[in-house]
Amino acid sequence: MALPQTDRPRLPVFSARNISYQFYRLRNRPELILGVLCLAVLGLLVLVPLFEIIHDSLTYQSYDKAYRPDAEVGGFTLFHLERVFTGPLSYALLIKPLLNSIGIGFFVTAIGVSVGAGLAWLLVRTNIHFKGTFGALIVIPYMMPSWVLALAWLSLFKNDRIGGTEGMFTSLFGVQPPDWVSYGFLPIVICLALHYYVYGYLLMSGALATVDSELEEAGAICGMNRRQRLWRITVPLLMPALGSAIVLTFIRILGTFGTPALLGLPVRFFTFSTQIYASLNARNSGDAYVLALVLIVMAITFIWINSRIIGIRKSFVTLTGKGFRQNEIGLGMWRWPATIGVSIFVVITVFMPMLILLWESLIITPGEYTFEGLTAHFWFGESDPDIAYGEPGIIHSPGILTALWNSIKLGVSAAVVNGFVGLMIGYAAVRGRGSLLSKWLEGVAFAPYIFPSIALGAIYIGMFSTPFGPIPALYGTFAILLLITVVKNLPFTSRTGIAAMLQIDKSLEETARVQGIGWFRRMVQIIIPMSTSGLISGMLLTFITTMRELSLIILLLSPTNMVLTGLIFNYNEQDMTQHSGAVTLLLVMVIIGMNLVVRVLSGGKGLSGLKSG
Amino acid sequence: MQKIVLNGIQKSYAKEPAVRHLDLIVEPGSFLTILGPSGCGKTTTLRSIAGLEEPDAGDIQLGDRTVFSRSQGIIVPPEQRNLGLIFQSYALWPHMTVERNITLALKEQKLSSGEVESRLQSALEMVQLTPYRNRYPSELSGGQQQRVAVARLIALRSQFLLMDEPLSNLDAKLRTEMRTELKRLHRELEATTVYVTHDQIEALTLSDIIVVMNGGLVMQQGTPYDIYHHPGNLFVAEFIGDPPINKFTGSFIREDGVGILQCGDHRLTLPCHVIPTRETLVATIRPENIMISEQEKDGWLKTTLDSVQPTGASTILQVKSEKSVMTLLQPGFMRMAVGDSVWVQMDMTKVNYFDPETEQNLISEG
Ligand SMILES: Nc1ncnc2c1ncn2[C@@H]1O[C@H](COP(=O)(O)OP(=O)(O)OP(=O)(O)O)[C@@H](O)[C@H]1O
Ligand SMILES: [Mg+2]
Repeated sequence: MALPQTDRPRLPVFSARNISYQFYRLRNRPELILGVLCLAVLGLLVLVPLFEIIHDSLTYQSYDKAYRPDAEVGGFTLFHLERVFTGPLSYALLIKPLLNSIGIGFFVTAIGVSVGAGLAWLLVRTNIHFKGTFGALIVIPYMMPSWVLALAWLSLFKNDRIGGTEGMFTSLFGVQPPDWVSYGFLPIVICLALHYYVYGYLLMSGALATVDSELEEAGAICGMNRRQRLWRITVPLLMPALGSAIVLTFIRILGTFGTPALLGLPVRFFTFSTQIYASLNARNSGDAYVLALVLIVMAITFIWINSRIIGIRKSFVTLTGKGFRQNEIGLGMWRWPATIGVSIFVVITVFMPMLILLWESLIITPGEYTFEGLTAHFWFGESDPDIAYGEPGIIHSPGILTALWNSIKLGVSAAVVNGFVGLMIGYAAVRGRGSLLSKWLEGVAFAPYIFPSIALGAIYIGMFSTPFGPIPALYGTFAILLLITVVKNLPFTSRTGIAAMLQIDKSLEETARVQGIGWFRRMVQIIIPMSTSGLISGMLLTFITTMRELSLIILLLSPTNMVLTGLIFNYNEQDMTQHSGAVTLLLVMVIIGMNLVVRVLSGGKGLSGLKSG
Repeated sequence: MQKIVLNGIQKSYAKEPAVRHLDLIVEPGSFLTILGPSGCGKTTTLRSIAGLEEPDAGDIQLGDRTVFSRSQGIIVPPEQRNLGLIFQSYALWPHMTVERNITLALKEQKLSSGEVESRLQSALEMVQLTPYRNRYPSELSGGQQQRVAVARLIALRSQFLLMDEPLSNLDAKLRTEMRTELKRLHRELEATTVYVTHDQIEALTLSDIIVVMNGGLVMQQGTPYDIYHHPGNLFVAEFIGDPPINKFTGSFIREDGVGILQCGDHRLTLPCHVIPTRETLVATIRPENIMISEQEKDGWLKTTLDSVQPTGASTILQVKSEKSVMTLLQPGFMRMAVGDSVWVQMDMTKVNYFDPETEQNLISEG
């Protein structure tokens, strides 16, 4: 048989026919257009701001005139770098906060991940009692702002060194706790560790739940004893999850703002994040940008080290929701003590802070912790000039109600937008699998992961405080809050979007195509309806994280776009502890309530969503 | 009724050719089957016709419309090709009822609701699924799902039908049933059909024309009769037929002006229109074209029964002579004992001869 191997003549690249062909071809591949579009927008929202602050930190800004009257605004300079790295202020600006942050990060990660891993082991692998209840309770801190514990700590241990009211401890025992108990390093570490163990717990319980079957098989085949199996199989298999838990927690801690601000600022104990905040407040944005860049470089370094040790693919384990059915390890005589231990832990981390804040919100005079004369004024009272500078209770306060509305609006719109954007990215990435574009898209969508929250906030304030291209100045608007929240959640939501798209077989869409249904209608009729159920838990998670977020948006908040978390922070700064307690409880109730509603509506997807976070 | 024409289609995935070169004409209203082993490029061809893949070269015409031409820079998106396509997986939308699955495309075309309803009803009747219109795909059996996919195709009233192994997910009995259905459907709709399968029975029973593909190339194109009886090359001869064809390699000698092929125990006299090209040739014969006798017959080859496999209506026998092994297919349920001596004889008019190098059939067709 003659094989006609010769290619037919191709069109010259720049002929009109070829151009029209390429145009039609492009129209034929909506995922390409969408991919390019997503990539462009993401690039604009993620990479451009980064270059912008690099540029700003290397040029003179108008406020630098105060130090360098002869400086030419916009001219290249190492002034900011010198100030931060070598100048006389370097120790205060960089070294001290850096050491504090690293120290806090180290201890919190060590404690949090061990506690989380220990709890995961107890709940997944052993025969401890009340597994279901503990499982549900232990993840509650995930639904609360990370600094609720700090607020509770202040209520408990505040002393008089700073002025203002004193805490319960003083009120009950008449003794002032020393400064190192009330503020600074120790309480920050404790409060953060008791919150961030959740990450370690979620990651490790997922990994533990999937490791076992493999372990059993391999162990049975090779006849290893229990210790050998632990070290040769279990531990290596858990390493990726452990590595991720460590890196994730550490980066979060580096970027966290609420707790170090509440417990550190009163005694001028600075971490990196609070130093960035302070520099921006002092209108030294150059310093803030340089510090933010240092923070990003550190985060990248940690991710890089982790991925070098564990392998780039494995280093970002996504949790699976596989069943927890495996051989339980009998705890024997330790069964009840372990159960009681976990109960105490749950009470301390979940219920105590709530109760303390509730009590706080019910006492009439700040600092006087009694059970007499408890009042619901801060919840339901009208404005009274004698109490709390005339600030009315929650349900009468337009400020609080507006902030509540803003928070919910932000949470819901971020969830919807993130769900939608995640789906679009998922669509472009999955349909274009294997292409360079698809890889880039996934990469850029992952990029916000490396920006510690406070640094991203600093970047956005730098970029959007003045008009940028066609975008007007966004400072103080709802839009900028939404924008930064959506961007920060992208690594997670694009993953959910990709997962949801992977479950929709290509042929389902192609059938519609062949039947003459255009791209937009295919999205509306097929892709979106089929993926919503997969996206719901992701959207719920976005809602929760948005509602409790402070670090990310603190720099961008102003009276015009205030949300609940910012309001709580403000009340606390003004020492209006009843209000901050009441509003915090309100926030937690809204989040948990929303979680329950979604769970009921979607048939129990709520918590499983947390598991896959 | 309109024809489908493919001209010089080539398609590679990352430098790996999936379709090397393909010319195909599907006559108006005819049923053409693309048959070939896994990975030979059948699906790629079908997807190219549908517009779901872009060939690297070549032209495709649907009716008198050119829908793809690399050299003229034409590419019509699948949405505008007005085809009906059934996937191997049926691709029913799981979140829609049977009714919505069938009517979605019609409604998107903005047909009047009366028209949509009448098309829905006639399509459902045709596949006998009328009582199931409000079920979801997950509530249907595999065969019913397959029929929904067919109904969706019918309702569209397309001039062209493309089907990619639509029966491969069904069990054997249902497959036979649905085969008959599809045949009837094709007659009623009078649509030009391209059917892809790797099942030769489907190909032989359904098609007007079969195209056998291998490694991205067309091996042979012809009616089922031709493909079966006059395989164009060794690949087709061996690929088609179950039990597989018998194959002998032998050396060619000329005795008294008559060409003889000596294959082990067999002496085959070459027909005069076979022009031998080499010293050795390959001869093939289908199992049913070898006769068998339990009594000794003059000139027949004595062999021993090696295995007997009755399949019901027929029996597959394997016999062994000193130098060769043969497979035979005999009608009826035969009860013979392994080890018995039997005598066999080939029907010489049914033997095909091939060049071992080019693998081409030496008997010109006709
Ligand atoms: N999207 C793709 N990317 C890369 N290679 C592909 C792709 N689709 C098909 N191929 C390759 O092209 C060749 C032909 O594939 P095709 O799907 O057309 O085979 P087929 O004849 O339909 O096989 P089967 O009977 O198994 O369905 C195969 O080698 C396959 O691996
Ligand atoms: Mg195929």
